Amino acid sequence: MRVTPQGLWCEAGDFFIDPVRAVPHAVITHGHSDHARPDHGAVLGTPETLAIMTQRMGEGRAGRSQQALGYGEGVVRNGVAIRLVPAGHVLGSAQVVLDWQGSRIVISGDYKRRLDPTCTLFEPVECDVFVTEATFALPVFRHPPADVEVGRLLDSVRLFPDRAHLVGVYALGKCQRLIALLRQAGWDRPIWLHGGLLAMCELYARHGIDLGDLRPVPMPAKRGAGGLLAGEIVLAPTGAEATPWVRRLAEPVICAASGWMRVRQRAKSKGVELPLIVSDHADWEELLQTVEEVRAPEVWVTHGRDDALVHAMGLRGVKGRALHLLGRGEEDEALEAPAPSGEAPGAEEMAAPAGAEREMGAGGADA
Amino acid sequence: MSLPAFAALLERLAFTPGRNAKLALLRQWFATQPDPDRGVGLAALTGELSLSAAKPALVRELAASRTDPVLFDLSYDYVGDLAETVALIWVPRAGVNAPPPSLAEVVEALEATPKSELPALIAGWLDTLDANGRLALIKLVTGGLRVGISARLAKTALAEWAGVEVAAVEEVWHGLTLPYLDLFAWLEKRGPQPDARDLPVFRPLMLAHPLEEADLAALDPAQHRAEWKWDGIRVQLSATGGGRRLWSRGAEDISSGFPEIIAAMEFRAVLDGELLVVREGEVAPFADLQQRLNRKIVSAKMQAAHPVGVRLYDILFDGDEDLRAAPFDERRARLEAWFARTKPARMDLSAQIAFGSVDQLSSIRDGARAAAIEGLMIKRADSPYVAGRVKGMWWKWKRAPLGVDAVLMYAQRGHGKRSSYYSDYTFGLWRPDGAGGQELVPIGKAYSGYTDQELLWLDRWIRNNTTARFGPVREVEKGLVLEVIFDAAQRSGRHKSGVALRFPRIARIRADKPAAEADRLATLEAMIDGVEIP
Repeated sequence: MRVTPQGLWCEAGDFFIDPVRAVPHAVITHGHSDHARPDHGAVLGTPETLAIMTQRMGEGRAGRSQQALGYGEGVVRNGVAIRLVPAGHVLGSAQVVLDWQGSRIVISGDYKRRLDPTCTLFEPVECDVFVTEATFALPVFRHPPADVEVGRLLDSVRLFPDRAHLVGVYALGKCQRLIALLRQAGWDRPIWLHGGLLAMCELYARHGIDLGDLRPVPMPAKRGAGGLLAGEIVLAPTGAEATPWVRRLAEPVICAASGWMRVRQRAKSKGVELPLIVSDHADWEELLQTVEEVRAPEVWVTHGRDDALVHAMGLRGVKGRALHLLGRGEEDEALEAPAPSGEAPGAEEMAAPAGAEREMGAGGADA
Repeated sequence: MSLPAFAALLERLAFTPGRNAKLALLRQWFATQPDPDRGVGLAALTGELSLSAAKPALVRELAASRTDPVLFDLSYDYVGDLAETVALIWVPRAGVNAPPPSLAEVVEALEATPKSELPALIAGWLDTLDANGRLALIKLVTGGLRVGISARLAKTALAEWAGVEVAAVEEVWHGLTLPYLDLFAWLEKRGPQPDARDLPVFRPLMLAHPLEEADLAALDPAQHRAEWKWDGIRVQLSATGGGRRLWSRGAEDISSGFPEIIAAMEFRAVLDGELLVVREGEVAPFADLQQRLNRKIVSAKMQAAHPVGVRLYDILFDGDEDLRAAPFDERRARLEAWFARTKPARMDLSAQIAFGSVDQLSSIRDGARAAAIEGLMIKRADSPYVAGRVKGMWWKWKRAPLGVDAVLMYAQRGHGKRSSYYSDYTFGLWRPDGAGGQELVPIGKAYSGYTDQELLWLDRWIRNNTTARFGPVREVEKGLVLEVIFDAAQRSGRHKSGVALRFPRIARIRADKPAAEADRLATLEAMIDGVEIP
């Protein structure tokens, strides 16, 4: 296993895991764009991940050939046994378990440990080397229960019935999880979606995840008119609140659902009125818990706050190594970046699903 | 559960930009919290409660004793705020299942606990709270609670919740003591209105409407009185058997910043006037007075360098006699008689300006160019002294603003309702660049004055003419001229241009004017009042 400019490379098997550039053979952990890139030769992933890639990249760009591998199924390539195990991050997300000559390495991809009605729960696999993410690897990140955060959103909807609540989310994963959490909390009204979110929700529905009554945010009756969807919950890609699209909504309460909302300065700098701490990544306790459960003597950290995690593992007698993988941990940029489609003239039309998905969904990493 | 509820309120207030939304949050909180906690919370919100039982270092040590030092430093470095770092990093001791404290318990226990036992007390509380609750507690016990709302807004919410006028709350406010049980009893119609007795409480001020062209016609000279509108700060002098206070327009007690005024209040009366810096009878521009504002204590040197006085224009109480229901002319006569009788130091009377017609008044206004004069005040002769801004009683007629044609340089997205609009504009004027050409230098920032239509137009222009982006800020093509108006220009060492504008706003978009024809910095410099702001 080697770190190369393209990403993590399994030398014996001659394939890459989540490479950042096009390669002949790639194993993909999940569909977020900082892990799944277009134009690889052969792509191996879960059926859900392959479907997500095809939808986002278009036919022909999500690998010239695709090989689907369900959770728990195995395949051998050049003597390396490959198995995919649930990572609990988003629909189809998987850890890659590699067995070769009696030793085992597990590449987690991005993961969380909490129950999520829209994807399969993380399974710890004992191994010799565990390759982990570290997005929220500081002891200040301990995510509160997601249902408490959703409760805060619903309280606010009740307190401000004359305003729309606009929640900024990532198109893949966070959007669907938040909808599912709202349904669990008893919110059975229609949930209104920005055009950039519709296609992925339909894909989830095709995979059997029921998200209830979802509707596209309508066009304003007249260009520039506002006042729509008072008392309703609207989801849009992060950044849409800064575009003219938002002006159609009734005095929206700008909310954002992200693990980064834990830190006030970050939430404030985004101009968020109601920060909701809902994350699809493991928090500090869960990272340490996972390292303990997989019982690996050596842990490699792909991206994020590797300094803190490596230090904390050292205190527990686990050898840590920071890989500094390129092209990861771009969550920061994803949050900063204003949505390009809002900026163009005629941006009022951006609710059209195809265009918006292309422009707003594709660049987003997740948090 | 009251400290967590208070923490949740603070959290939402900190992120809520809109006034109406803040009021709604506050009303809900008053409606749902029990006594005495809501009183303690109200005191915290209005700045009446200041605890500083614990030093930030104590809190830091508490957290350090439970955290690895390297991890603490990495976290502090990332979060940037000590209290927040501690609140987030704190891991409650296993097995703690005591309920979180109430606000009142916290305040009471802090007073009763000897210093040596404080760390254990605070640690025990931190163990019972979640991250938001811990942050609120730490800010509370270290005296670092900054709520981000004015005391006035909290009182407004209180009044709206109870269905009374905010003036009625102001009237009783300064006679109250924590935790305001009698106030809440009165607001919930369970008790009588609290009586301020003879305390020097704040009496709600009477305010003026801006005079519009259309109002001019209805102005009968025989029925109205005029005075200069001085560019100082509005104050209320309250001297009763119970003490002396100097109140600001916002009901803030500013007595300690102006001890010489308090010393001069050798009388029993409640008076309305303008606080000014006066040297040898000449009123100095506002920038001079600014040196004295927002100071808790003031040195003798400062008092000598920026001597203050009060120009009186109304009398609310003469001794114990409440004059507020009397018409203006009668109060004015009482004020003059009181002044002649009392001869207070550091005070004079605001002169009345005789006028026979609106035209004459208009030319008087246009003739006033002294920096300390903002314009005219016009008061109806028969107006009683009533709280708030009652239409048709008092008018302010500001002198015509100054203006320049400036070039738009940067634009920033607004907040709340304006978060999808580039609504804050930085503009500049031309000056020689030292190499034979001209360069733009920023002179100020404005986010008002335009209409909704103009905002839309500007937003679109900015999006289509962006040359660079810095977070929420865009640099634009130097091609759009804005007519910027302002009340005064002052010299300033803090601004690159050397000039600071007072109340700048956008008067017009001059899309017709080429940027090269915008004004030079020298044009603005000629408008400066002549007082240095360091």
